[in-house]
Amino acid sequence: MATDFVARGSDLDLVGIRKEFPGFTALDHLDLHIPAGEFFALLGPSGCGKTTTLRLVAGLEEPTTGKILIGGKDVTASKPHERPVNTVFQSYALFPHMSVLENVAFGLRQRKIEDPLKRAEEALALVQLGHLAQRRPQQLSGGQQQRVALARALVNRPSLLLLDEPLGALDLKLRREMQIELKAIQMEVGLTFLHVTHDQEEAMDMADTVAVMNKGHIEQMGAPEALYDRPHTVFVAKFLGQSNLFIGDVAETSANSLSIEVAGYKISVPKDRAEKHTGKIAIGVRPEKADLHQQKPAPSSSENLIGPGEVLDIRFTGVSNQFLVEIPNIGLVTVFEQNEGNSTVALGDQVYVSWKVDHSFGLADLPDSVEE
Amino acid sequence: MAFAAFSGGSEKSEYKVPRKNSTKVALALLLPGMIYLALFFITPLVSLVATSLEVPDASGEIGRYQYGFEIGNYWYVIQTYWPHIARSFVYALAATILSLLISYPLAYFIGVRARKWPLIQKLALALVIAPFFISFLLRTFAWKQLFSNESWIVTTLQSLHILAPDQYLVGTDFMVIFGLTYNFIPFMTLPLYTALERLDLRLLEAGSDLYATPAKVFRKVTLPITMPGIISGTLMTFIPIAGDYINASRDFLGSSGTQMIGNVVETNFLRINDYPSASALSVLLMAAILGLVVFYVRRSGTEDLL
Repeated sequence: MATDFVARGSDLDLVGIRKEFPGFTALDHLDLHIPAGEFFALLGPSGCGKTTTLRLVAGLEEPTTGKILIGGKDVTASKPHERPVNTVFQSYALFPHMSVLENVAFGLRQRKIEDPLKRAEEALALVQLGHLAQRRPQQLSGGQQQRVALARALVNRPSLLLLDEPLGALDLKLRREMQIELKAIQMEVGLTFLHVTHDQEEAMDMADTVAVMNKGHIEQMGAPEALYDRPHTVFVAKFLGQSNLFIGDVAETSANSLSIEVAGYKISVPKDRAEKHTGKIAIGVRPEKADLHQQKPAPSSSENLIGPGEVLDIRFTGVSNQFLVEIPNIGLVTVFEQNEGNSTVALGDQVYVSWKVDHSFGLADLPDSVEE
Repeated sequence: MAFAAFSGGSEKSEYKVPRKNSTKVALALLLPGMIYLALFFITPLVSLVATSLEVPDASGEIGRYQYGFEIGNYWYVIQTYWPHIARSFVYALAATILSLLISYPLAYFIGVRARKWPLIQKLALALVIAPFFISFLLRTFAWKQLFSNESWIVTTLQSLHILAPDQYLVGTDFMVIFGLTYNFIPFMTLPLYTALERLDLRLLEAGSDLYATPAKVFRKVTLPITMPGIISGTLMTFIPIAGDYINASRDFLGSSGTQMIGNVVETNFLRINDYPSASALSVLLMAAILGLVVFYVRRSGTEDLL
């Protein structure tokens, strides 16, 4: 037998992975460690190499250089059927010529595990599809097919479960439901999940650790809260939520903070929240951390203050009001204010924008449009 | 009236289909096909069955028959020609299996492997069809030349002691099955190609992800999913091969020892003018093929094809 029937997840290590396709390099210098039992998300735009990473782990592609270790064992040279890994494919890839039950039992039958049908029935019950066991996959809805694909992978108790945008084809409501269900199943079975997605909300909502990928490498990795609170690069700041960025030369450095000067305004960031301390840097703030003022507030060393500027657009999203303010010589700044029913700011008003210095973050790089 | 559907915008969306009228239109459109079938399929079939039951004319003149109801014709042809009937089906079975074994890898290459190179895919498909541009008879005759008693192929085989000095290829079972296989391979390859070209390779990846070895993936996924192609390919070769009379004919690749039903029918109809026997054999062949096809399709679980 190629693999043991394990009941717990395993570590996954990718060491120095490089993957070249004819004409382009999909992955470069990729190193990754995923501890056993973790829900890990690879997040990135299409073409960033996240699906290639997943296919490398599944054995469906071979790395040009580098090693893949599952549970400490080098599987780089192993064929897909020899790896203790199962995949929930984006297209589900359910076998159309078999019943739902036979689809789920397929992996068990290949490994000659006892009572494949009974185990398959249990797996279908776990995803609440026991009553559809005898149907053909084509007769099920997208959400049901997705759950069959999940059961077909889970029933094998793989060391590592790979999910390739498994919720991509579902509508928003169903997607949210499945996210909750998937997370609950992961906690219940305790397997290692490697989830690939381009949906930042999905990644942040479900994963213990998120790795943001861009152009074949990992930009930043960490807990969702940490990634959101302190993005290290422009890409992460823009891809994971929204950010206002201010670019200028470092003008002042104190013991705990540093400041840049932009169009006559002083914008400060704590030193331990800045990736770079000298030269031209970008300082950002999340829109919901910023406040609007119709009168100029008293200056304070713990607050950054810019303005006045004109309110160009107000968007009502229910939970919040989203303001677009044009500050002369700086540009557009986005501010979200919680909808507490007392907003008096109107289109065309002159307003000031302020935020706590502690909410600023300093980035390691500059937007592409800015010269060093 | 029919143009009303095009004339208006959304306010015309309640336009009702005039049922009675559309039925008439449908019938009118079906009529040419129905007339064609009645003239060229039903009439000859009835005529064939009628002829197969005829008895010799009272005058006793050769080639003259009169209407009768002589079921005995069938017993006569089965008794006389059962070796030819059996041979036809054995040849057809052998040639169909050979075609399948040759065509499946070929169709797999064109439909699956060559997907990355569309030009090669199109070229290979053209090559499969290319033989049709040359007459079937000419090509079969060319094979006869290639394998003739004085050809280098036969003399080489004889000098290698694969064939005895007085053994030849033309006129043997091997040669006829070879010719049948060669001539009908495109009819096998094309339906197989159609099935394989649509094969979702992600299913094969899913199979290997679920611990199936490449051989198992082929047996459990590729083969069952392409089964409709295999069924239609085997039917499209087996049926015409069973009735073929060119390859097995003495003028082409066969000899008196390789005669198939088709040859017997030809001889009875055109040479000895025994129309009832020829007709009875034709009806028998048709019934036998029909029975086999129904059985085969039922067994393979692809009733949708019928």
